[in-house]
Order: sequence, then structure tokens, then C-alpha cells
Amino acid sequence: MKKIFLIGFKDLKIMFRDRAALILMLLAPFVLTIGLGLATGQMSSGTDSGISDIPVIIVNQDGGQLGDALVATFQSNDLANLVNPTISSDFEAAKKEVDNDHAAAAILVPAGFTNSIIPQDIETISSDTIQIVLYTNPSRPTSAGVIRSILESFLNQVETGKVSGTIVIGQMVTSGLISIDQAQAAGEAYGQSLADSGMATGSIKITSVDGEETSSTNVNTLALLAPGMALMFLMYTVSNGGRSLLVERNQGTLARLAVTPSRVGEVLAGKMFGIFLTGVAQMIILIGATSLLYHLQWGDPLGLAVLILAAVFGATGWGLLLCAIAKTPGQVSTIGSAVMLIFGILGGSFFSLSALPDWVQWISHVSPNAWGMDGFTTLALGGHLSNLAGPILGLLVMGALLFVISSVVINRRGIIRA
Amino acid sequence: MPPILQASHLVKRYGDFTAVDDISFEIQEGEIFSLLGPNGAGKTTTISMLSTLYTPTGGDAEIGGFSVTRSPMAVRCLIGVVPQELALYDDLSARENLNFWGNMYGLSGKTLQTRVDEVLEQIGMTDRANQRVKTYSGGMKRRVNIGVGLLHKPRLLFMDEPTVGIDPQSRRAILDSVKDLNKGGMTVLYTTHYMEEAQELSDRVGIIDHGKLIAIGTQSELTRQVGEMDTLRLHVGENDPVEALVQALQGMPGIQKADQSDHTIDVITPSSEEVLAPVITKANEIGVKIRSVDIQEPDLESVFLHLTGRALRD
Repeated sequence: MKKIFLIGFKDLKIMFRDRAALILMLLAPFVLTIGLGLATGQMSSGTDSGISDIPVIIVNQDGGQLGDALVATFQSNDLANLVNPTISSDFEAAKKEVDNDHAAAAILVPAGFTNSIIPQDIETISSDTIQIVLYTNPSRPTSAGVIRSILESFLNQVETGKVSGTIVIGQMVTSGLISIDQAQAAGEAYGQSLADSGMATGSIKITSVDGEETSSTNVNTLALLAPGMALMFLMYTVSNGGRSLLVERNQGTLARLAVTPSRVGEVLAGKMFGIFLTGVAQMIILIGATSLLYHLQWGDPLGLAVLILAAVFGATGWGLLLCAIAKTPGQVSTIGSAVMLIFGILGGSFFSLSALPDWVQWISHVSPNAWGMDGFTTLALGGHLSNLAGPILGLLVMGALLFVISSVVINRRGIIRA
Repeated sequence: MPPILQASHLVKRYGDFTAVDDISFEIQEGEIFSLLGPNGAGKTTTISMLSTLYTPTGGDAEIGGFSVTRSPMAVRCLIGVVPQELALYDDLSARENLNFWGNMYGLSGKTLQTRVDEVLEQIGMTDRANQRVKTYSGGMKRRVNIGVGLLHKPRLLFMDEPTVGIDPQSRRAILDSVKDLNKGGMTVLYTTHYMEEAQELSDRVGIIDHGKLIAIGTQSELTRQVGEMDTLRLHVGENDPVEALVQALQGMPGIQKADQSDHTIDVITPSSEEVLAPVITKANEIGVKIRSVDIQEPDLESVFLHLTGRALRD
């Protein structure tokens, strides 16, 4: 075990003495994060660089309880810092405001929305629910995403209320507590109660990925953008680490390691530990620096720490695999750069994966970036360690699997000892 | 006393190519044994098998009683390796390199620090110990490369062409350090394609070519094996009776042959020491003035030439 640590810390020291590598590991993610932040216009001035006062225009043509409840939700105190809603009666005018980049999104609550969910009389019952229309600004993907998230939470709650209301009223009729004639009035009362107690009090929450409700007020643009860049350049770091194994083979130090009283497994594990350590150091520096410089809120510290370790572990597996399949250090660099970009795109470092088809989102999870982004987004939206089971498990399985495959290939090729 | 190294029928093949072909030899404790051969003869492959880096295709070797194939970890504790190529971390200093490699050999704490200081002193790098290796000259790097192999005081040190590509001064320093190490009791297996190094350093020499060990023994044993003679070259005066002297020398005991060429006479003899005095006496008797004498003893180069029909550097 001691030798694994020795090799790992030696590699960490060497990596941090390589100026070119440091620039790509640490400076490049910073520059790109800031650049993308400026390009998408999502970095506000002042001390709080996070999302706030997202301009949204609501056109409420419904006139029912649910339409009013939606407006009340956006005007609630809980969302006061996050969104800046404007009420309008003309949806076309609202869309123009969005097109002119004066608003991140426009919401249309069509007439009859409430009635499509809570019918006012038997005759108006319809199996079709009138859809709320969300018109978003493509140049503000994150802000639009936040509005969409609030809206989806509202609709989820309405849907839940609709189903539970149907069941409750049905059971009341079946058990004889109310008559069929009274069912309509009871349903309306239930709907009103839902609108009053559930939404008008401002308790709407943004639902996190695994369904737990969390506060919506900690969302921060850079907290979504910075992890993407950090994860993408983590792939550079791990491929550079994997490359170091072949560099050591060429410079003879690997053979020298192999004739010390050490096992091949120790040498390989030491190299992997070195890649892992370097990746962790890079992530800690990036996260620490963005926290200090831009006051980023990365979320639950414990969840963050575990997620970093898991993300680096998963990425390290890829670094080792690159080394196992490449013949020269140059090949690792070339393939590594390509993988870094592909994983960056697939993993959502440049844009939200939600815009992509489901099958692409599924495939994207071959990259540690996608799992990592899932985790960082969860944390940025207020999630905790308990919400990160999926990403962490995915990353750990990925890292372990790739380590085993790489070890077999490296041994078969006789890279360390022939 | 059993040999510290006993190689038995070592073979290493890469597909159809046989890099080492059925090599067997022994090295006694305290000996400097050289493997002499041209580039590509199989020296490095042999050392790689003996140091457990490569697994032999056939045969085995025992070092300190441990098999290199069955007990490689025990073998690695006994040996030190100075590879042909510099195997150092350029971005670490000499001290950091030595610390790292010492740790890898199981040294730690005060023992490690003491050994690092001793080795730095031994290789003359104390003054520049804390500068990064990449700032050193080629000779300095070579010295650190050797130092790494000495840290854990191995019983048997493998040195694979440690003087390749360095200046004469550094080369001299390395050869002297090998002698010093041997005087201190360390057994050395030294590979080289420089005949002079093998001659200067070795107690015994193995000559290797095309993967085969074609001759083994002390230098005099090797020259005797191939029947090589000393050459006594006499430089004589222009008008002296040279032909008379040549005729007289040809009949003298201990002299195989005498040839005249311009103003020199080459006397071929099994022992130049034994015939030198009688030759000078005879020249004086005949009236030939000897201006100077060169004694050319047979060397390993001539042995290699005799055995293979090629020069070492061909």
C-alpha cells in the first residue's frame, strides 16, 4: 500500500511541476467558464454572480383558480429573488419581448385550463387537458431551464392533486359520505383547497432529480457552468495521467519500477492513484477558486466531496484505458483530446442535455461528465448526498470496470513487465 | 562457496527471433563479470531476464539461491540495476529521485536519509542535489542513474552499458566508481561493447554475439583459447643489418616468427616478456640499433575478431 501512495504522490508532484499541464488543467477551465458565462449573458454584475431576477412574462387567460395559483406562485416571496414576473394579456407581445431578449421566457395559461382539470359541471368534463405554453429564450438556456423547472413542479403538483382528488371524491361517493350530486361541489372545494393551500402560500418547490423537494433559491448559473468545464478538463488531466504511464515506459523508469521489490499490481495501482490524486487536486482547486472569486454556491459540502471523489474515480478509469489501448504517449494525447471534447459535448459541459433526444441522453452516461453533471446540478439545485446515489454509483462502477479492463490489457501487452 | 549468480540455459524468443540463445554462466561473489558484445548481441535482454524484468522463454537463473522465475521478489531485494538508458524523473531533483527510489526499495526514515546523503557523496552530487535532474549534464545524470542502483546496497549490481554517450571524463569517473564498489565487496555484472572497459574492469569476461555466449574466462584464458600471440615491434636504424637480425631471431627459442617491414621488425611470440631481453642482446651482437620497442599483447578485440570474423564495432 505504501508503494501505491509513493508512486501516486510522486506523479502528483511531477504533474504540478509541468507548467503546460497546469495551464490546461487549471487556467483553461477558468477562462472557458468565464467566457461562456459572458457569452450567454448569465453572469450578473455585483457580488452575487448567480441567477436572480429572471424576467418572465405570464399571460393568464384562464381566470380560474389554477391560473391564479400559477401567477401567485411566481409572485410568491420564496421566488422573489429568483424570478421577476410581469403580467401581460397579450401572449404575442410577450413572445416578442422574449425574442428581443427582454425576458427569459413567456408563459401562457390558456382559457379553460382550470376547467380542464377541475370541471365546473358534468357537461364540461373532458379527457383533454389544456396545455400551458412555455416560450423560452434560447440565448438564456439556464434561466429558461429554471422557469421550466418551476412550471413543471407546479404542473406535477396539479397533476398529483387531480389524481388524488379524483380518488378521494370517488371513495367518498363509494363509501356513501357524499352523494353523486354533491361530488361536483366537493371536487370544486378540493380544487380550491389545493390552489389555496398548496400554491398560493408560495410553497412551490423545484423538484430534484430523484423527486425530493428542495428550495429553489440557491440556483446559480456558474454553479451549473463551472462543473461542466471542470469535468471536461478533468478528462484532460486523466488522459495526461494515463499518458504518463507510457512516458515512463519510454524513459525507462517503468522498467526500473518493475525491478524494485514491487508487484505489477502495485505499480499500476500507484499510477492510477497518481491520476486520481491529480484529478482531485484539480477539482478542489477549481471549486475552491470559483467559490472564493465568484462566491459560487456548489451545494452540500459532504455531497460535493463525495461527488468529486466519485467523478475523478470514474474519469481515472478512462485515463487508464486510454493508456492501455494507445501505443505511444502522442496517441494518448490525440485520443485524449478527442475524448475530452466528445465527453464534454455528450456530458452537457456546453449545453443542457435536456435539449437532446432521450437516446443521446442515455448514451451520454458512458461519460463521467454526464454522471458528474447530474450530480453537480442536483447539488446546485439544493440536493444533498442522499440525492446523489445514482451519479455516485454510476461513476464508481464506471471507474472499477475500466480499471479491471485496463489492467487486463496492460498486462497482456506487457507494458510494465514482459 | 556457491556462485551468487548461476544462469542455466537461458533463452528469450520473440516470435521467430531468438534474442538470447541457451546462455549459461556463473558469477562468483565479489567478482566483476563483463558481458562483452556488439550492439544487439543480447546483453540487455540477458540482464533483463536476470533482473526479473523479462520472463525467460526457457531456462532459469538463480541469484543468491533464489530463482528469477519462481522467486522474483526475493531476487529483486538482492539486486541493483543501472539501466542503459537514464531512468530518472527529470522534474525531480537528484535528492528527490534518490528518496523515491530508496523508498521503493523499502528504505525509510533516518536510514533512507543517511543512505541518500552517502550516495550523493559517493557520486559527487552533494552540491547540486536539490536541483532538478533536467538541469544536469549527461555525465551528471549518468552518475545519479548509477546512484539509484546503489541505494539499498545490493549484493549484485547489474550495470548495462553505463558509459554509453558520455564524455571521457565522466566515463573515467564511472569506471573508477565501479572498481571502488567492487573493492567494497559488491559483485558487478557489467555489460559493454567497449573492449577497453571489459579489459580494464573485469575479473572474467563473457563474449556474447547473436544471442550466444561464444567464449568465457579471464582475459588471458580467452586469448590462450584462441591461440593469440604477443607482437614485439622493433624500430631499427636505416642502415643497420636488419636482414641478419631477422634471420637470427627466427632461430631463437620462444620466437614463432620474425618479419621485416621498412625499418621495423615484428617478432611474434607467445610471451613478449620472456624474449624481450634475448632479442635486444642479439640485436646488439649483430650491430642493429634498436630505437624503440612496442609490445602488443592480444586483446579481447582480437579474440572477438578471431571467434566471429568481425570487429566488435562492425
